[in-house]
Amino acid sequence: MRRLLQALFALLPLAVLAPPAQAQETAPDALVKSVSQEVLDIVRRDKDIQSGNTRKTIELVETKVLPHFDFVHMTALAMGPNWRRATPEQQRALTDQFRTLLVRTYSTALSSYKNHTIDFKPLRAQPGDNDVIVRSEVKQPGQQPVSIDYSMEKTAASWKVYDVQVGGVSLVTTYRDTFTNEVRQGGIDGLIRSLEDKNRQLASAEKK
Amino acid sequence: MIRRLAALAALAILATGCATTASAPDPRDPLEPMNRAVFEFNDGLDRALIKPAAEAYQFVVPSIARTAVTNFFGNLGDIWNGANQLMQGKVEAWINDWARVLFNTTFGAGGLADVASEMGLPKHDEDFGQTLGVWGVPPGAYLVLPVFGPSSVRDTAGFVVDAYAYPTFWILRTTRPPHWVSWRTSLTLLDFLNRRTNALALTDVLEQAALDRYAYVRSAYFQRRRNQIYDGSPPPEQEAALPAIPTQAAAELLRILQELDAAAAGTGEASGARRVEPKVPRNYDAVLAATAARAVAAGPGQPDTEGH
Repeated sequence: MRRLLQALFALLPLAVLAPPAQAQETAPDALVKSVSQEVLDIVRRDKDIQSGNTRKTIELVETKVLPHFDFVHMTALAMGPNWRRATPEQQRALTDQFRTLLVRTYSTALSSYKNHTIDFKPLRAQPGDNDVIVRSEVKQPGQQPVSIDYSMEKTAASWKVYDVQVGGVSLVTTYRDTFTNEVRQGGIDGLIRSLEDKNRQLASAEKK
Repeated sequence: MIRRLAALAALAILATGCATTASAPDPRDPLEPMNRAVFEFNDGLDRALIKPAAEAYQFVVPSIARTAVTNFFGNLGDIWNGANQLMQGKVEAWINDWARVLFNTTFGAGGLADVASEMGLPKHDEDFGQTLGVWGVPPGAYLVLPVFGPSSVRDTAGFVVDAYAYPTFWILRTTRPPHWVSWRTSLTLLDFLNRRTNALALTDVLEQAALDRYAYVRSAYFQRRRNQIYDGSPPPEQEAALPAIPTQAAAELLRILQELDAAAAGTGEASGARRVEPKVPRNYDAVLAATAARAVAAGPGQPDTEGH
């Protein structure tokens, strides 16, 4: 009985907060659309980004794109069953390193976007859905359009992206294979070290 | 060319076939040591020769001309794309692809411009490996082909058919204009170089993203091919790795239960003659019940626990 009451009290603040949060939240497809539009506009205008100024691109990604990603969820998915075997500190370290790696990669990809156009497909979701896929297509002249699908989940604050599929290739799934291998060979700390090494190597390459 | 490739592949198999498998084998990649060797070879070749050539081509040839080259080979490729659509039973896509050839060849200046895309006829990428996939042929083992890169047993078979159907080959072979062999070689090389150039941005990202590029490319390859075969909307993949653990645990429990049963039966038989049961611990029933309860808990979804 006491436990039930405790649970009720724990949920109470959520119940109070939920309605206003729901009222102001943006629909997932509208969110992705406005963010990509904004980012692409900046990339097209900014000569520094186009000529490969990594620092500036990373800054753009960190301020505009990052807030809409749930990196803990992404890292947990990429880790698979190993996630639960990691201590909270290890989980924090993994999330940190994975985030750094993805930001850098994404920034590189972004600077190559120039004459691409993005089409968004109508969202197929029920009103009560907490988990949706926002589908978009990047069109380049003379080539088959590349699909970019965002898996999104409704969180307390807003909709957040937890996986991106480019041409059917899921970011999370692709990393899961490597992560599983690394953990099998060097444990969770081994994977953290590999990620740290990779990030350090990318950071030093960028300074040159 | 293909025969030489096959010989090369066979050599690679012989060279690495007896090597021990890597510490964490992927069930889709039983030939991992050989594949890794070919991957390294391709990577070296790319770094030393192909990528610099592609970068030079990108630097020298203006982007409009490169788009025209992409369009030209894309237009020729659409003939075979359409044929594959038809073999896969996709009539609408077949009409789309051959209409593209018609419009791009005429209004698009022999295929140099992709007017069809602007008319609302999108470009598709099909190949015979995908057609085999649609027909239900599983990908089989992962294979890294020399020069051409990631493939599978099925897609290599498809690739051989694609090579015969490659328009630059058969158009020149059937029409046999003067110097057709050198035309064939230079056009093929141009197509290859142009494709590599189009992929430069992608490989740069890959270089940054992957901890282990080999495993990364392999995973991406299988996902991409699956996605292509289902034309962009594959059914959700069954997580084969997850239920494996409970199954194993259930099997283990089952084995223990059977052993206990056998032991119990044994003592029962023996007890008929001598009535000695000193080795059974006091909490035997409790242990049995707990084990059975755990087996039942792990049981649902494991149809074979009932059978044995």
